Amino acid sequence: MAKPYDLRHYPGFLGVTLLCLLILYAPLGVVAVYSFNGSQSITIWEGFSLRWYVDVFTGPESAKFKQAAWNSFIIAIAAATIATSIATLAATAVLRAGKFRMRTLSIGLISLPLMVPEIVTAVATLIFFNAIAFERGLMTILLAHIAFCIPFAYMPISARMQGIEASYEQAAMDLYATRRQAFTRILLPLMMPGIVSGFILAFIISLDDFIITNFVKGAGVETLPTAIFGAVKQGIKPNIMAISTMLLAVSIVMVTLSWLIGRKDQKNLIQQRKKK
Amino acid sequence: MPQNTEIAIDVRDAVKRYGPFTALKKISLSIHDNEFFTLLGPSGCGKTTLLRMIAGFEDVTEGAIFLYGEGIDALPPHKRPINTVFQNYALFPHMSVLENVGFGLEMLGKSKAEARARAGEALEMVQLSQFATRMPSQLSGGQQQRVALARALAPRPKVLLLDEPLSALDLKLRKAMQVELKHLQRETGITFIFVTHDQEEALTMSDRIAVMSAGELQQLGEARDIYERPRNVFVADFIGETNLMEVTVDAINGGRAQCHLGGGHKLTCDAVEGITPGAKVHMSLRPERLFLSVEPVENESLTGRVREMIYIGTDTATIVDLDGGPQFTVRSSNSSRGNARTFEPGTEVAVNMEHGAGRLLVD
Ligand SMILES: Nc1ncnc2c1ncn2[C@@H]1O[C@H](COP(=O)(O)OP(=O)(O)O)[C@@H](O)[C@H]1O
Ligand SMILES: [Mg+2]
Repeated sequence: MAKPYDLRHYPGFLGVTLLCLLILYAPLGVVAVYSFNGSQSITIWEGFSLRWYVDVFTGPESAKFKQAAWNSFIIAIAAATIATSIATLAATAVLRAGKFRMRTLSIGLISLPLMVPEIVTAVATLIFFNAIAFERGLMTILLAHIAFCIPFAYMPISARMQGIEASYEQAAMDLYATRRQAFTRILLPLMMPGIVSGFILAFIISLDDFIITNFVKGAGVETLPTAIFGAVKQGIKPNIMAISTMLLAVSIVMVTLSWLIGRKDQKNLIQQRKKK
Repeated sequence: MPQNTEIAIDVRDAVKRYGPFTALKKISLSIHDNEFFTLLGPSGCGKTTLLRMIAGFEDVTEGAIFLYGEGIDALPPHKRPINTVFQNYALFPHMSVLENVGFGLEMLGKSKAEARARAGEALEMVQLSQFATRMPSQLSGGQQQRVALARALAPRPKVLLLDEPLSALDLKLRKAMQVELKHLQRETGITFIFVTHDQEEALTMSDRIAVMSAGELQQLGEARDIYERPRNVFVADFIGETNLMEVTVDAINGGRAQCHLGGGHKLTCDAVEGITPGAKVHMSLRPERLFLSVEPVENESLTGRVREMIYIGTDTATIVDLDGGPQFTVRSSNSSRGNARTFEPGTEVAVNMEHGAGRLLVD
């Protein structure tokens, strides 16, 4: 039975959809395909080969890229972990501490960085580090990443927490759990899917950040995005495509993971609600 | 109230205000040990608020609450030996049925083995032993409800609070659970404070009922008291079906009040305190305490015409327009020994009152 307002019946629906998909994914597809190209060329296909992947790990630039990748992953894991912890506590305070003064202000302050142009944050962060004479290096990158990852981690966590009725924690306290026990035994496990999503989002955001990183990194310290940018300035070689494709694969895996966790959990909750 | 009954929960002059809004206006009531006590009232009258104050989730703005003689207002919820069956059950979705039921015992510091054993016993009490390893999402609504009950009973609280626990169940299941709850209360000897907006449920289950409206206690008593001797218009109207008539009191003689309705119909019923001759008050006449006849049975019956007869299974309701006065509903039983008779609409009939059918209401 066709629904009366089925989107698919709008004229041009198919065309617009295909156009959007093409614009979004064609460049990614080209990069992914040409990373397996057998030749130096980035436009002419000369047969399948893994030479550029081998090049990334063993070629003349491999040491540089390995160091950059290592920095990127260390920073992404540390920044995502710390930002997620802070975001979890912030969400608990905002959503579970009742109505306190400046509650609305707090929510605003947490999400505002999402709307500030990144270049502004980058300049401001740089000025801040200069002002307090903090030597630039891995540490400045990490601190900056923690700061801008917090709102990204906060969003899925607070969305998740809003869906958890306060009655679960009340039931726990009614059953002799202290506030702390109600948090660790009930609220935290129920929030876990949101926390995992927040962590993954923060991880990806940190992993691919370029603008802020470029401003606050010290001389000679590189992350993958800044290293790639540096390499591209000397001309695009297919090894860049191989690195990009690997980064893309990491992102896809992470996002899929997050989606799978969210879906399984959603199913459970919906099932239980339906019964009532 | 017998002098030797112990008081489980004593609410003294409790007031609850949310900002400028007063949710509870000076409520005082004593709930006896081992009693099935019901808070009954329409939605929004403050039942949940009072329950949450007893559980410790809301503080008492004024007044005090005592548990077996000890003030508990300073105690947080987890220090009160009182458990709650929440309206939405609030089963922990990430724990199995057995873990849910054992949670309270575990928090009380019992060993894992003891918690499991006693949780198992509690599950047996509600006949859910075979579901111990299931997750709450794999249970039906009725089963979830019983898990919530087992979870609240497992730590053997001194008082169990139940906030409209049956309202989400369908009628048949609800009736079955009413019987089961009553049975569990007797078996465990735990004081139950049960909240409902369903007057029939309250009448069936309770030892005593507190009728509330708009944050005030309207009447407290046994089911029969409240049904047969309602104190005011609200209670008479809220509990069961009734004919509420405005009457004028003509005279009071020997404990009987002689009154008349609009249209000049005369009625006599027991006098109540606070009513004097000349007063215009309400009288409640329960439909099942009235009966119809073709000829007046006593010199006091009311006369009118049948408007409509409605068949409702066990009973028949007959709506009668009194001559020059208001409308009346009369209920008669359809059993073979009952008094249901068929009257064509428009038939002239007399409405007769059983002794004690009429009840004067103070306000
Ligand atoms: N946290 C609150 N803040 C303000 N008003 C409240 C709050 N909780 C309850 N109320 C009000 O108190 C009144 C009684 O509520 P409640 O106890 O839930 O009623 P019931 O359980 O009898 O339906 C309602 O008018 C409700 O709007
Ligand atoms: Mg309520």
